[in-house]
Amino acid sequence: MAARAGGRHHERADDAVTRPENGARPESGTPLLEVSGLVVHHGQLRALDGITLRVFPGEVYAIIGANGAGKSTLLRTIAGLHHPTKGSVRLDGQDVTRLRPERRARQGVVLVPEGRRLFGSLSVEENLQVGDSYARPGPWTIERVYQTFDWMRERRSQLTAQLSGGEQQTVAIGRALVANPRVLLLDELSLGLAPVVVQRIYGMLPQILATGLTVLLVEQDVSQALRVASHIHCLLEGRTTLESRPADVTAAQVEAAYFGLADAAPASRPGGESEP
Amino acid sequence: MAWVNAIIQGVLTGGLYALFACGLSLMFGVMKVVNLAHGDLAVVAGYIAIGVITVTHVPVLWSFLIVVPVMALLGYVLQRTVIQSALDRSVLITLLVTFGLSVVIENGLLQFFTANSRAIGTGLPLVTGSFTLGSQIQIGYLLVVVFAVAVVVLLGLQYFLSASRYGRLIRAVADDREAAQLAGADYRHVFGIAAALAFGTVALAGIAYGMYSQLQPTTGTDTILLFAFAAVVIGGLGSLWGTLLGGVVLGVAQQIGAQINISDEVLAGYIVFLAVLVLRPQGLIYRRTQS
Repeated sequence: MAARAGGRHHERADDAVTRPENGARPESGTPLLEVSGLVVHHGQLRALDGITLRVFPGEVYAIIGANGAGKSTLLRTIAGLHHPTKGSVRLDGQDVTRLRPERRARQGVVLVPEGRRLFGSLSVEENLQVGDSYARPGPWTIERVYQTFDWMRERRSQLTAQLSGGEQQTVAIGRALVANPRVLLLDELSLGLAPVVVQRIYGMLPQILATGLTVLLVEQDVSQALRVASHIHCLLEGRTTLESRPADVTAAQVEAAYFGLADAAPASRPGGESEP
Repeated sequence: MAWVNAIIQGVLTGGLYALFACGLSLMFGVMKVVNLAHGDLAVVAGYIAIGVITVTHVPVLWSFLIVVPVMALLGYVLQRTVIQSALDRSVLITLLVTFGLSVVIENGLLQFFTANSRAIGTGLPLVTGSFTLGSQIQIGYLLVVVFAVAVVVLLGLQYFLSASRYGRLIRAVADDREAAQLAGADYRHVFGIAAALAFGTVALAGIAYGMYSQLQPTTGTDTILLFAFAAVVIGGLGSLWGTLLGGVVLGVAQQIGAQINISDEVLAGYIVFLAVLVLRPQGLIYRRTQS
């Protein structure tokens, strides 16, 4: 059982990790995405230092942390854009650590990169068509994206530079959705967007999840992450400082994990094996 | 009337230059490769055509049906091996590698085919024939055909790039390689396809030049590559129709130069090339790309 496997991690895990687990994760079973002991270097810098996480089907798994905590690096490594020095990435039990990014995308690990990264000389529709080029079979089609985001249809022949930031972000999400990912990786959706727009984009999440996707997202805005996530994972300087369901942690614990306040950590250390 | 003639001849020659240039422009636009072996590859295509015609006795004009696919395949293979491995290191290395390729090709041609010049299809009525316009203007059929081929090639390329799946992927990879990977596209394969297209146009350029003039092992660098560069720079990088405009401007400048003094023909073209570089370095047609 997943909770028991989690117990093993506790023994080898760093003392600073807060895991106030009071029971098995509701989404227990086989993890859809499993990252173990991931170490990533940017040159000399150890950007990620032994990150382990398990994302279960249907979850919204949020990675939070300050600037430079390694959140984006983690997502990019899962997508295959960085090569880990150590550790592995598994999709549905299958090791994908050595696969190139395009292979991973075709297997259903699709990243919406930070800064949206739309194709600037392509129209909105062409951006979606590129996303569709190597799509897995599934519920999402370009037509479905148009149905979900109805403004997009009438602006489909425009260049993406003519869209607002929020609209561009939506196109970037649409481009990822048409590939029918199993795990959708969302990197800093809220970056550079007005709060109202961010709310609207996160408001679409339930619709996306309803089609059977699993979401792993990175978010700097902690309150936003706590609102949407079924599980949160806090990073600080490349290490895990907190892993929990949002309901099981206090604001103070999250704050301590986020900023690395040492005194808060021991108070919430996990107490041994969890009760199912 | 002599001036009108010069301009008409210049415009038509521009079609040939556009054919030289579009592959160079495509490879730079998509993978940022400045292919210094571009002209030599055109010469190789010309020699292959001569060989194919001699051995298989296909009609001269239809030799492109064999030469273009062969060159396209060569383009894909070269891109996936030599050029890609250079690209993985740095842009400077690609410059050195294509320069090396150019030297190897030229010396190889010298070794196997000697320095004698060769022409394709000499004696064909199409190559030697012409018609007259008014009393003084004489237009060769070949240049008209080559110009038409250039326009058809550019139209075809544009249609492929804008409407086909791989054309879309080529543009996407040119915009943002990493984002294209995230959409499942193997950019190496896409680069290979772009190179195949570029080499296909190079093949046509080589055959056309072999009919229009004569091929020597050094023609690639001393004529074709330089004219291709000039046409690309004058027209504007990354714009297909810019290469046609650039070719035409170059052709007209050369013919007008020749009209003033026959020895000024090539020089006049380069003066325009230099003027554009100084006054409008982005080229006559500038395509703005968004970030």
